[in-house]
Amino acid sequence: MTAEAIAFWVLAALAAASALGVVLTRNIVRMAASLVICFLAIAGLYATLAADFLAAAQVLIYVGAISVLIIMAVMLTREMERGNRPGRFTWPALAAAVLFTGTLVWASLNTDWPLTDAPAPEATVSGLGDLLFKGDSLVLVVEMSALLIIAAIIGAISIARDK
Amino acid sequence: MPTYPAISPDWPGNLWLHALVIGVFLIAFLMVTVMTYIWIERRGLGRFQARLGPNRAGPLGLLQAFADMIKILTKEDIIPSRADRLLFWLAPVAAFVPVVMVLAVIPLWPGLQLADLNTGVLYILAVSGIGTIGIFLSGYAGNNKYGLIGAMRETAQLMSYELPLMLALLSVVILTGSLSITELVAAQDVPFILVQPLGFVVFFLATLAEINRSPFDLVEADSELASGFNIEYSGMKFALLYVVEYSEAVVASVLVATFFLGGWRGPLLPPVVWLLLKMVLVFFVIIWIRATLPRLRIDQALGFAWKYLLPIALFNLVTTALTAVFLPNLSVWVVAPINILLAAAAMVLGARQFKPGHANYERLEP
Repeated sequence: MTAEAIAFWVLAALAAASALGVVLTRNIVRMAASLVICFLAIAGLYATLAADFLAAAQVLIYVGAISVLIIMAVMLTREMERGNRPGRFTWPALAAAVLFTGTLVWASLNTDWPLTDAPAPEATVSGLGDLLFKGDSLVLVVEMSALLIIAAIIGAISIARDK
Repeated sequence: MPTYPAISPDWPGNLWLHALVIGVFLIAFLMVTVMTYIWIERRGLGRFQARLGPNRAGPLGLLQAFADMIKILTKEDIIPSRADRLLFWLAPVAAFVPVVMVLAVIPLWPGLQLADLNTGVLYILAVSGIGTIGIFLSGYAGNNKYGLIGAMRETAQLMSYELPLMLALLSVVILTGSLSITELVAAQDVPFILVQPLGFVVFFLATLAEINRSPFDLVEADSELASGFNIEYSGMKFALLYVVEYSEAVVASVLVATFFLGGWRGPLLPPVVWLLLKMVLVFFVIIWIRATLPRLRIDQALGFAWKYLLPIALFNLVTTALTAVFLPNLSVWVVAPINILLAAAAMVLGARQFKPGHANYERLEP
């Protein structure tokens, strides 16, 4: 087994185990910590695929921002100590999850993935930048998403503002 | 002027050996610097407060850190009965590891770094965010209300100061044209503090807040929270959290020195000596600020980030981007004075607009 393969299996096992931890733990802060480990393992998987920018962005956005936001929200919930009681939808949720996972696995196993022998690019940052901002590229989409975020922020402010 | 040879990226043989040797070296470097910083801070703060500071253990009190460490090793390791044991044990480690990881991409000597990543700046920002979760968990896991309040403040403060920090770094990245730290240092024929004075001020203040240094040390505000997030820790776990604080100070001063003061570059002296001199200078300013300014209230600290630092960081980013697009060939010696004037104007005008302590407490009361 090559070093990449070992890294892949270790990270994949870690991601799966911590994802299970998120679902099965009762303590909501431990859930958040488990989610952080899951995000980090996925970032590691990106790194093994030579997607260095994506790996760093994953850690920056999901671990640095979203997890901290989740923790912040957890701190504001009541009855944190007693833990999260199971809801009424345990079995329907399980069925939906199994169905969804099964579909995903079946689809990815039965797809004829195009393969390439081209070596991975040395640096992905400048390529991504060209793709997003240069000439007739995806610049409109980027600007649209910025507009969407601004709209969301203004909406949040108007909800939170004291009347 | 003597030139110093660069170290090749797989210096003592192959890549794995390089990772091992440089990794061990970096941790040793961090530990020695941390002990030096503790000594500088305790003796320096003593001088600021017109007292001597610890001066009995060894010459000039240099061995005080060793004495403290031996004392702390013999202390009982207490775990509160209602603590979350797993997280209580994990939190100091989760806080320490990311701080060491940041050092991996910093060149201490030309080529002396664990990895020269193409995404160096992004990597530093990403990894340093993980440490916060460790600090937060250590505040939560002890099951103590003061610890919890400290942890809350930590997350609130991090979310607020991360934004101006990134915007300030973004203008440095625009000037460099690369995210690699090596190229960032190579681009600083003139240290960026002259070209980017506003970026430097924003980055320095935001870093102070991120590493919970005075006047932003609300996380462990001694007088209100009785040391905050680490309140339930004792023995070696407390020692690790203590080391984390100083490691963050080391990393912060390395980052300021690398991003804005030219990193290892400088005439005559060897590169690593220059870097250490710059680091100690930055740390001295940090102690100076600690000895001078009173602690902010939490609403003042957050308001300072959102209402003052963020606008001037955005202003700095826009002016830098405009200069880079429309006047790319302008001499540095023309840009630097203009930028210093702009920075002074922006800081004064921003300070006119910003009033600390403007929260509506009366209206929040029931």
